[in-house]
Amino acid sequence: MKLHEHQAKSIFADAGIPVPESRLASTVEEALAAVDEIGYPAAIKAQVHVGGRGKAGGIEIATDREEAADYAEAILGMDLKGYTVEEVLVESGVDFVDELYVGVTMDRGAGEPVLMVSTEGGVDIEEVAETTPDAIAREHVDPAFGLHPYQARKVVYEAGVDGDVALEVASILSTLYELYESNDASEIEVNPVMITSDRDVVAADAVMNVDEDALFRQPDLADLAEASYEDDLERKAGEYGFDYVRLSGNVGIIGNGAGLVMTTLDLVDHYGGEPANFLDIGGGAKAERVANALDMVFADPNVDSVVFNIFGGITRGDEVAKGINEALGQFEEIPKPVVVRLAGTNAEEGMAILNTDLIEVEETLEAAVQRAVADAAEVTQ
Amino acid sequence: MSVFVDDDTRVVVQGITGGEGGFHAEQMIEYGTNVVAGAVPGKGGQEAAGVPVYDTVSAAAAAEDADASVIFVPPAFAADAIFEALDADLDLAVAITEGIPTQDMAKVNRGLADTDTRLLGPNCPGIITPGEAKLGILPGNIFADGNVGLVSRSGTLTYQVVDNLTERGIGQTTAIGIGGDPIIGTSFVDALEAFENDPETEAVVMCGEIGGEDEEQAARFVRDHMDTPVTGFIAGRTAPPGKRMGHAGAIVSGSGTGTAASKIEALNDAGVPVGDTPEEVADHVERIL
Repeated sequence: MKLHEHQAKSIFADAGIPVPESRLASTVEEALAAVDEIGYPAAIKAQVHVGGRGKAGGIEIATDREEAADYAEAILGMDLKGYTVEEVLVESGVDFVDELYVGVTMDRGAGEPVLMVSTEGGVDIEEVAETTPDAIAREHVDPAFGLHPYQARKVVYEAGVDGDVALEVASILSTLYELYESNDASEIEVNPVMITSDRDVVAADAVMNVDEDALFRQPDLADLAEASYEDDLERKAGEYGFDYVRLSGNVGIIGNGAGLVMTTLDLVDHYGGEPANFLDIGGGAKAERVANALDMVFADPNVDSVVFNIFGGITRGDEVAKGINEALGQFEEIPKPVVVRLAGTNAEEGMAILNTDLIEVEETLEAAVQRAVADAAEVTQ
Repeated sequence: MSVFVDDDTRVVVQGITGGEGGFHAEQMIEYGTNVVAGAVPGKGGQEAAGVPVYDTVSAAAAAEDADASVIFVPPAFAADAIFEALDADLDLAVAITEGIPTQDMAKVNRGLADTDTRLLGPNCPGIITPGEAKLGILPGNIFADGNVGLVSRSGTLTYQVVDNLTERGIGQTTAIGIGGDPIIGTSFVDALEAFENDPETEAVVMCGEIGGEDEEQAARFVRDHMDTPVTGFIAGRTAPPGKRMGHAGAIVSGSGTGTAASKIEALNDAGVPVGDTPEEVADHVERIL
């Protein structure tokens, strides 16, 4: 789960990390009121959950009121990589002489958190990692001990940060690690940390992603998550408790188990179709859950056909079939063709009782996908 | 022969008095697994699924001579349950629980360095040696005894591939679900090494998915250390970067690491054919045998 820059910055500021003065604005008038208080130069920054906002035109620096109005007008409501900008952060411009990158993330391979520092701040750090990996200093943290303060100093010095600000940067890094632990973050990143001409250190950007599996013990962050759905269908999926990702194709997909659902998406693509979504209904297949899943997929206007693939492990195929029949009975008319394939425990019994007046049935995953792809092609003809 | 579990394995079920734990303990027993005890804090002295329940894993292991555990404990308490299994010096702990916070798993991973216990999972369907023992939630009826080892990050995908194999009369030595989380106990490499050392396993199927670099490491291991032929499948070819596809571990990062393409290329370079569909995987296995 991603936080917006302003949300992460407010957490950083509460922990004592220096951040520029800023105000959140959702209208041009609010943005102008904010710059009137903050002064110039002022950065106008789109608050959306995408990286590379600057390059995409989502961040501008205004030097006077007219520019501020123009930029706020342009950025508010703009489409940034598929996301509509609802809010901008109006922030005091920082007069900087140097930019650093600092971050904390989980190194999956090592199974340990890792601190990262680079003097190549202000640019795409993934590009730095690819082209000049030595420009990023790294330090792993033993989760049994947590961060020793010397480790923060060590990695900052190793990165080649100038001596007079090094201790201040190390102190910010230590605080970021504390926040990483206390908020169950999956990633925290400040790019750039700006060094001003007065040798002050300021966190000019803030990225914080939170482990969704830890939200049960992070109630404040969980509230932010609920407010952050950018897409109505994703919001609905959250309410239903489905793992759902919306894609751009027209073949709707419902299945159980992440790996098998991903495989179903891949097969749709393999047979010449385009997947409209990833939807994992998880274990069990009570009628209500099946109905909710169908409701989700039918609600996507891009969907022309649906493939419903369940491999019953402990879940019994006949129970799934009852759930599907019952769920479909709740619709007056089935709005889009649905192909069902049941496999595993009691699959034959299940297939036998499926109401084939309402749906199409196939015995193999491959055949079900091919049929749904053909159905979708027929609709688009 | 088999790997990690057989009909001598003696199993404690952690969380046996819960709905999931109780149901699956019964299923395991019905399959023929030696489930010898349950462990649930505060429930010592009771009986569940026909076996005695103890307050701690250590007590259960000591009294019933257990050497493995299966963990059905909610995410908030699961890391603690795994540590308890490590403390009891079991040979194997299988964590079924989905949704354990990653930072908890980093601590568990650190704890594993100090023990000889093998952890399978978390967020996995478990492990089965057909006809001998099942530790987890896999549907026993789709498996058959045979000579193919199977290792997978995903539950239902495992069932799909096993179904395709069994339908063609191709049985399995052992099938291992290693789990879909970013930090897991037993890796592909660990499982492949075990299959390589198992004389009965004549071919191995590995089912990977997007995210992380475990499949790439596995490919290097196959190239450098394996004589047993391996065939593969990778789920998530069509997954967009930055979106978590159900499993916490199944995400292509912004920098393009963890893509299906890089994994398939690494496997192909190591001489591992990768099927485009589960049926094609079964075709490859049939050809090898």
